[in-house]
Amino acid sequence: MSLKHFHIFFIVVSTLVLFGLGVWGLNGYFKHDANGSNLIIALIAFVVGAVLIVYGIKVFQKLKAL
Amino acid sequence: METIPYTVTPREDTGLINAKLGIWLFLASEVMLFGGLFSAYIFLRLGAVSWPEGSSILNVPIGTFNTLVLIGSSVTMVLSWAALAEQRFDRFRLYLGLTMLLSLLFLVVKGFEYSEKFSHHLYPSSSSFMAIYFTLTGLHALHIIGGLVVNGYLWGPGSKMWASDPERFTNRVEIAGLYWHFVDLVWIFLFPVLYLL
Repeated sequence: MSLKHFHIFFIVVSTLVLFGLGVWGLNGYFKHDANGSNLIIALIAFVVGAVLIVYGIKVFQKLKAL
Repeated sequence: METIPYTVTPREDTGLINAKLGIWLFLASEVMLFGGLFSAYIFLRLGAVSWPEGSSILNVPIGTFNTLVLIGSSVTMVLSWAALAEQRFDRFRLYLGLTMLLSLLFLVVKGFEYSEKFSHHLYPSSSSFMAIYFTLTGLHALHIIGGLVVNGYLWGPGSKMWASDPERFTNRVEIAGLYWHFVDLVWIFLFPVLYLL
């Protein structure tokens, strides 16, 4: 496996973990103690996860051309 | 002097350059090392009468920050390799330098996290959870330091090879990038297992 493919795999796994973190944060906020930091973590995780999807598509096209 | 074969062109039988085959064999051994420790974690947890929720002991915001730092470092690592593939050496140094800065930032934050635990008298001997936490994260931090040394060499004295053998140097950076991605991937698994579950 080349670095290109490993990087795409890494981005996919990272995105999934970030969305999982987002769900964890929302769950903690709404079901447990309404801790504001959980909500902030969830928001950051969802935003960065979405950014990684866009980045993943762009970098896939860029790396394919190399 | 005889040169080492297959540093640039792939071997006919494996379809890989020697260094890529070597790094994947090494990473396979690393999977076994971390896999063994993950198994230890699972068995310790299953065998424990009670097991703390990671988020009640560890600092999730700091762990999240460090996760983002390492994801960012993987992005800059692959961009440094892509810059070499596009013959842009100045960009390579910029991105690899950023990778090293991000890895240093990770270590500083980890050190801060450790000192916070020590100030609360939480040591590896405090509980099974703390023992496996320090073992896994400590071993991971050692791997980060190893990657920092390799990347530092490629950024500094090792980069002289770019002038004499650019294709081989690009391959070296790719090999370092594969190792770096593996180390970051280990953290991507460690973070939810230790901090969230």
